Amino acid sequence: MIISLLSDICLLLGGIFTLTGAIGLLRLPDFYSRLHGASVTESLAAPLLIVGIMLDTGLTLDSAKLVLIIVIMVVSNPTITHALCRAAAHSGVTPKMETKNTKEKQSQSETEISGKESK
Amino acid sequence: MIENLHLIIDVCLLAFLVLIAFAAIKITNLFVATMLFGIFSFVAALLFLDLDAVDVAFTEAAVGAGFSTVLMLSALRLTGAIENAKHRHSLLGLFIVGLTGAALIYGVTDFPNMGDANAPVQLHLAPEFIALTQEKIDIPNVVTAVLASFRGYDTFGETVVIFSAGVAVLLLLGSGHVEPKREPEQNMVLWIVVKPFIALILIFGLYVQFHGDFGAGGGFQAGVIFASGFILYALVFGEGYARKVVPASILPRFAALGVLIYGVTGLVSLLSNKPFLDYNALSSNPVSGQHMGILLVEAGVGLAVFSTVLLIFYSFSGVNHNE
Repeated sequence: MIISLLSDICLLLGGIFTLTGAIGLLRLPDFYSRLHGASVTESLAAPLLIVGIMLDTGLTLDSAKLVLIIVIMVVSNPTITHALCRAAAHSGVTPKMETKNTKEKQSQSETEISGKESK
Repeated sequence: MIENLHLIIDVCLLAFLVLIAFAAIKITNLFVATMLFGIFSFVAALLFLDLDAVDVAFTEAAVGAGFSTVLMLSALRLTGAIENAKHRHSLLGLFIVGLTGAALIYGVTDFPNMGDANAPVQLHLAPEFIALTQEKIDIPNVVTAVLASFRGYDTFGETVVIFSAGVAVLLLLGSGHVEPKREPEQNMVLWIVVKPFIALILIFGLYVQFHGDFGAGGGFQAGVIFASGFILYALVFGEGYARKVVPASILPRFAALGVLIYGVTGLVSLLSNKPFLDYNALSSNPVSGQHMGILLVEAGVGLAVFSTVLLIFYSFSGVNHNE
């Protein structure tokens, strides 16, 4: 009874975080923050969903396989995010930083960068 | 309630498929279109999973979402990512497409309903396959029995098709030549994580290869998974090093060897006065003969698919490096 309740809570939380990730992916302004939003889905929502399923199935070979999936996800997702970030940085994607405080600094540094590139 | 839930999921997934297809047609950025195709394949795999076609879903996820996306991306490196915007609207084209679509939809009305118990396939073929699988082949996964034994001819044809696809790409593009870079780009995070992952992927590929008798899996999926391990190595450590591990010159031979293993298995039964690909001839006990035949045939398929997939990947990225 308690276990099924826990499983439901995990599944619900996982669903909420998936939704958060999707909204983040749609609404955040630039590549890096979108990546940050999307990685929530894989590093938090997916393990929660899998734990929910594991609590539901009980101690079987299937739940052992699910543990393996969690391990692989927890290791691979940050790596993929890192690789994507690196690739974006290499190809010259700059983060948007247009808050009130950083607007002036940002425009300054952008002119510096473009100055360097033109040389 | 549960049946309704399945219906809702099916309808949602199908609606997603249609939306993604329209988006992929409309969008002019080919990179995004490629990603949309990948998503399309994943949604299709989910749909197959919901229809309890686990083997098909597995193949769709491995080949459609995984391998085709990699291939399209390497093709995009050659062509560039933006579509030349020339949309000429031809009335004749619209008419022909509309007519074909209408004919197809008209044809669908003759089909039996999905899951109809009185459909011809449920009355004749399916019960026979299910009964004979237990009696004559004695493996739990009926799909593998149908694929490798009952329908061995079809699968042989598919393997030859894959082999000829590899040969065609090789003739058109060549396998290219890439020297390993002297000092590969330092990326410790990727290196450390990817190394054990490649081992895991290869072990999983072997598991899928030999587990096909008992669950979802088989030569096609295993070949793609095995090749994806090497493709990952090529992407992270540089293609020159991957070509040192598995030289491009050896791959066409492996692919031919895979097809040969399949064909020779059929010939053995032909030589002992049984029909082509009748595995009963392989052993004195017909059931263990079937087991051995399926093992050999799946090994042939796996080898052919693995070498072809890796060969096509080499060909596409080899051209890019030379120019």
